[in-house]
Amino acid sequence: MTLQPISAKFWLARQTVLGVGALPLVLLAIVLDIALGGVAGVVAVVAVAVAIASAWLIERGRYRSWGYAERDADLIVQRGLMIHKLSVVPYGRMQFIDVVAGPVDRLFGLATVQLHTAAAATDARIPGLLRADADQLRDRLAAVGESRATGL
Amino acid sequence: MIQAPELGPPPLQLGEEWRRLHPLSPLVRVGAGLAAVLVFFATSLGRPTSPGTSSFPILLWLATAAIGLIFGVVSWIVTRWRIHGGDLQIEMGLIRRQSFRVPLARIQAVDVVAPLTARLLGLAEVRVVSAGRGLERGRLAYVSAAEAPMLRAQLLALAHGLDAETPEPQAQQLLAVANVRLGVGLVLRPHLLVPMALVVVLAVTGLGVSAHTADIVGVDFGLALVLIALATIGRAFNDDYAFTISEAGDGVRLDRGLLQRRHETIPYGRIQAIRWVQPLLWRPFGWCRLEVDVARQHVARHGDRDAKQVARRLMPIASVDEAAWLISRVMPGVRAVPPLAAMCPPRARLKAPFSYHFLAAWYDDRYMCARTGRFQAATVMVPLDKIQSVRRERGPVQRWLRLATVHIDTAGHRWQASARCRDDGEADSLMWTMAELSRHARLREPVVAHSA
Repeated sequence: MTLQPISAKFWLARQTVLGVGALPLVLLAIVLDIALGGVAGVVAVVAVAVAIASAWLIERGRYRSWGYAERDADLIVQRGLMIHKLSVVPYGRMQFIDVVAGPVDRLFGLATVQLHTAAAATDARIPGLLRADADQLRDRLAAVGESRATGL
Repeated sequence: MIQAPELGPPPLQLGEEWRRLHPLSPLVRVGAGLAAVLVFFATSLGRPTSPGTSSFPILLWLATAAIGLIFGVVSWIVTRWRIHGGDLQIEMGLIRRQSFRVPLARIQAVDVVAPLTARLLGLAEVRVVSAGRGLERGRLAYVSAAEAPMLRAQLLALAHGLDAETPEPQAQQLLAVANVRLGVGLVLRPHLLVPMALVVVLAVTGLGVSAHTADIVGVDFGLALVLIALATIGRAFNDDYAFTISEAGDGVRLDRGLLQRRHETIPYGRIQAIRWVQPLLWRPFGWCRLEVDVARQHVARHGDRDAKQVARRLMPIASVDEAAWLISRVMPGVRAVPPLAAMCPPRARLKAPFSYHFLAAWYDDRYMCARTGRFQAATVMVPLDKIQSVRRERGPVQRWLRLATVHIDTAGHRWQASARCRDDGEADSLMWTMAELSRHARLREPVVAHSA
């Protein structure tokens, strides 16, 4: 079973968000470096650098962990860096499918496909798909879901 | 008491024409408030009061009750319902006109609920539970108590695609719960014992420091918790008083309640999962409890409390033998006790030291079962054709121990059969097998019906 990765643009989007979030921290580090000077200033800069680097690594791990596969009878979604999660959702059990795009997503032309079954615990979400891909995936899933739909 | 309509008035005619609810309905809706006002009024009449101080609140209360009554009457006037074209149609609302259609074919269950005030006035509410969202759209509050069971029978008959006049299948009582056992069982729940223990511990440890019990910090708080727990237990007792479970051809019937009587129906085919719970303190007595999950999802957030109560008690308290027998009635052929091979590998003890002894998962060609729990053993049994999705999770510790958890999701909010801490390879095969088996179970047409 080979999983399909999500769009590389998603990583770009996450990095952008990360960068915008890190900007105040960087400014703070610079201010601290100037204000404190000497060893304390260096420590502040190193601490900020380590924080940003680890956040970047975590985000990268999360991005790489995403994957999905459309099999004959079900959709498989994998995610999670610390806790690996793999969901198997039979097409016949899908009740409705959402395509969601937040402001950042729209900026990068991305969208999230969200699957809903009758179970509240089902969490099959595929973020970071190109808008066109997401729409296509939704249409495919809807079509195959309709042909296989079963009652509760 | 709600009874089968054997000697009742002539059967109600289900015509196409619109019908109203019972004229006394508004009275029931404001009934509780009105009763409070009357009691308040009566008690204040008895004692002499200085004028101007106490009559004002009474007038205020009366005005509130009157306004409530007027609203009730208006809402009664503008509400009508009928059964038409395979739908139960309800129209309501004066300013914002609402029209609901509940397709009869999608009815999950029909309940008859009679709160105390309604019982006093000889009324009952008919609730149609459908697979869609929300409960409130299928509520007929209130019809006369004699009419309610007939209406239920007709709705169920129509839901099964039968003629409306088909009589309801004869129900046969399976089990009844002794109220004493229910009371003892409820007192033994941790809800009450934990705050009580807290109070005792606080009082004992506090006595060494301060001589006056009243001064001890936290005792008041603990006592408040005890009171809350008592109220909770009282409500549970009130809910499940005189609990009987009976079986009719199409499903089980539950009758329960002290002040508010309920009559609930659970069709066999709609059962998503059964949960068998053995609380720690009940184990010495050999008692346990059975819950059942019926498909009703996406309940409106502002819906009433009952709507959120997705799981229903199939049996509030029973001996293990009774429970096992009942399980075999509702899910024929299921294996409720884990076979030896179903236990998780010994190394799972490191990941789950407190629940290791309960963790088990097993399945056959019809059911998937999993047992979890720290202090109370909880076994969830799911028919394979009700599986909604399968998930595998592996945390860092589990990866180190080569373990994985597989969740089997069923419709509803409440439970999933969780095979916790299985061996990696076993979890993998379990996940794919479940996906495969559930697909085959669903394709098996028609769904195997229960035969009594």
